[in-house]
Amino acid sequence: MTDLLTPVLSANWADDRPWRINNYERRGGYDALRKALDMQPDDVIALVKDANLRGRGGAGFPTGMKWSFVPKDNPNPKYLVVNADESEPGTCKDIPLMMASPHTLVEGIIIASHAIGVSHAFIYVRGEVLHVARRLQQAVREAYSAGYLGRNILGKGLDLELTVHSGAGAYICGEETALLDSLEGRRGQPRLRPPFPAVAGLYASPTVVNNVESIASVPSIVANGKEWFQSMGTEKSKGFTLYSLSGHVKKPGQFEAPMGITLRELIDLGGGMRDGHKLKFWTPGGSSTPLLTAEHMDMPLDYEATAAAGSMLGTKALQCFDETTSVVRSTLRFVEFYKHESCGKCTPCREGTWWLVQILMRIERGEGVEGDIEKLLDLSENIGGRSFCALADGAVATVTSAIKHFRSEFEAGYTTPAWELFPYEKSALFEAKPLAAASEHAGAQQKVGTH
Amino acid sequence: MSGFKSYFEKSGGIDVADDATNLTDEHREEIRQIAARYPQKRSALLPALHLVQSVDGRVSPKGLEMCAEELGITTAEANGVATFYTMYKRKKAGKHHVGVCSTALCAIMGGDHIFETLSEHLGVGNDETTEDGSVTLERVECNAGCDYAPVVMVNWEFFDNMTPDSAIRLVDDLAAGNPVTSTRGAEITSWREAERVLAGFDDGRTDEGPAGGPASLLGVEIAAEKGWKAPDPAALPANDTEGESK
Repeated sequence: MTDLLTPVLSANWADDRPWRINNYERRGGYDALRKALDMQPDDVIALVKDANLRGRGGAGFPTGMKWSFVPKDNPNPKYLVVNADESEPGTCKDIPLMMASPHTLVEGIIIASHAIGVSHAFIYVRGEVLHVARRLQQAVREAYSAGYLGRNILGKGLDLELTVHSGAGAYICGEETALLDSLEGRRGQPRLRPPFPAVAGLYASPTVVNNVESIASVPSIVANGKEWFQSMGTEKSKGFTLYSLSGHVKKPGQFEAPMGITLRELIDLGGGMRDGHKLKFWTPGGSSTPLLTAEHMDMPLDYEATAAAGSMLGTKALQCFDETTSVVRSTLRFVEFYKHESCGKCTPCREGTWWLVQILMRIERGEGVEGDIEKLLDLSENIGGRSFCALADGAVATVTSAIKHFRSEFEAGYTTPAWELFPYEKSALFEAKPLAAASEHAGAQQKVGTH
Repeated sequence: MSGFKSYFEKSGGIDVADDATNLTDEHREEIRQIAARYPQKRSALLPALHLVQSVDGRVSPKGLEMCAEELGITTAEANGVATFYTMYKRKKAGKHHVGVCSTALCAIMGGDHIFETLSEHLGVGNDETTEDGSVTLERVECNAGCDYAPVVMVNWEFFDNMTPDSAIRLVDDLAAGNPVTSTRGAEITSWREAERVLAGFDDGRTDEGPAGGPASLLGVEIAAEKGWKAPDPAALPANDTEGESK
């Protein structure tokens, strides 16, 4: 039986300046790289595949399998792009990882590049986290100086360039093909697939796009072996992972645990819900994963159980809302996010999210009209699955799951403003007065979008 | 339909009538340096636009031209990219950029109250700059600091666990030029200097600030207290040669 928490990626976060290369090396950092460079590339791929590391960016696709899809006979250069565009609402695991221990990621990138046959890798980090950009840039400079990057790495013949690339504020660039367009200096809009990036990705060359946490998990697997990795987790969801607890809990934070810990266990570790309040609803993996309620608190947080409950593990971003929270309000705010972040390429998403917001706004004001709920569901059906990428699916998941679990709150919005049913100041973490312009507030949210 | 209104009136493009610029040949050379980081130079467009903002305080017409010339694209293509991403400013921004997270979780935990308070205190609305030019206030989308909600960003540095009162003190200090340090980052410089770092130019502040705030370290600290850790690879029941004993 493994311990409740198993820090691996986060094990050095409380060290003195863990972001510096000498402190990372003192803990055995870059030993896994030495070991990997003595292995055949295919053996590294097989190890990661056999360990059953699944992508930690949300979709859960097996990382080693993704690597093995890169065609060996393609004459173009191969690229590795790390998706560090962490922007899914609720998701806050990669940012602390890169802030505290950027070398864990850099070491993983070098090992993965050796495995896939990459000579130029990129870290696409969202632009809105300045200090993370600094820590990454410095880590890469240090790795070059130490001979872990550049020509003939550690005398083993591997050549690798690594470029840190800061984005400019667009959630959609977390979608891997939009990310590639953005990295090519274009508007970040998803591409039609096939061809998949493994065949025609960056500059139409074979490309692997992996999440930060996925790549950062590789050095420990190389160092400790697949059996070690598989000794943690549930039957089909193996290993350790970062769970991010946020919202109305006493102590939110990052918890690195074997796959399959429950929300109840995590909330207990976080000291419980804030005093005098109880959990009303939560998301297992960011706002794009259908919300769940208190009845799902004992469900193992792994890929299979969350799917069986009608949701997804996603990014393991556990946003917890207590009974003061209006579901209509939270749904509106989530959908406003998707409307703002829709890239505008596909009509169902571009127009549909706009209409969802209009209807949710009038329900929030207590001015919903008979049939609005049906209209929301009908719109959702015509948005989800009818666009190039999964942004649209995420946008409607939040609506349909909220209506499924809390339909009566939406019905109440035909007659009563949400802020009367759930005074907004009660949800704030500090003593607060009612919002001055609650009734105009929803209108004020509207931002100048990208289209 | 009477409740609906158009939001397109404020979505104007880059003001090309104002052609003021501080860009010099030195910056042109820096754009070339950025381009050299990539196999294809167009990839340098995003960081190059950050560099333009660090000099001109917005995406200037001259900046678009310079990027286009150096990266082998048309100004229309550069403009199309610049207007797609929210971090690029079409009009001149203030010395400091203050972003209040307004996505659901932060908004509900108090972000809406913080924005309302700041907006009233500063006398500006969303995406507007104070008369003295010290602060541009903006609602921002989820900034990946949800375990520190409500979050405010200053020049894209974290200010965690904010309240309306602490937010007022923050903007007052910024306006007065008092030293301000991020909860989990460096001392605040200016939005333009931050933009230069995002273009990939070091400002020597990497070692400032902690590894993480209390929420980042919570799980690690509980594990240390309880003696919880990942299994010992040498002690696995079915250990084989893959497991490196330590």
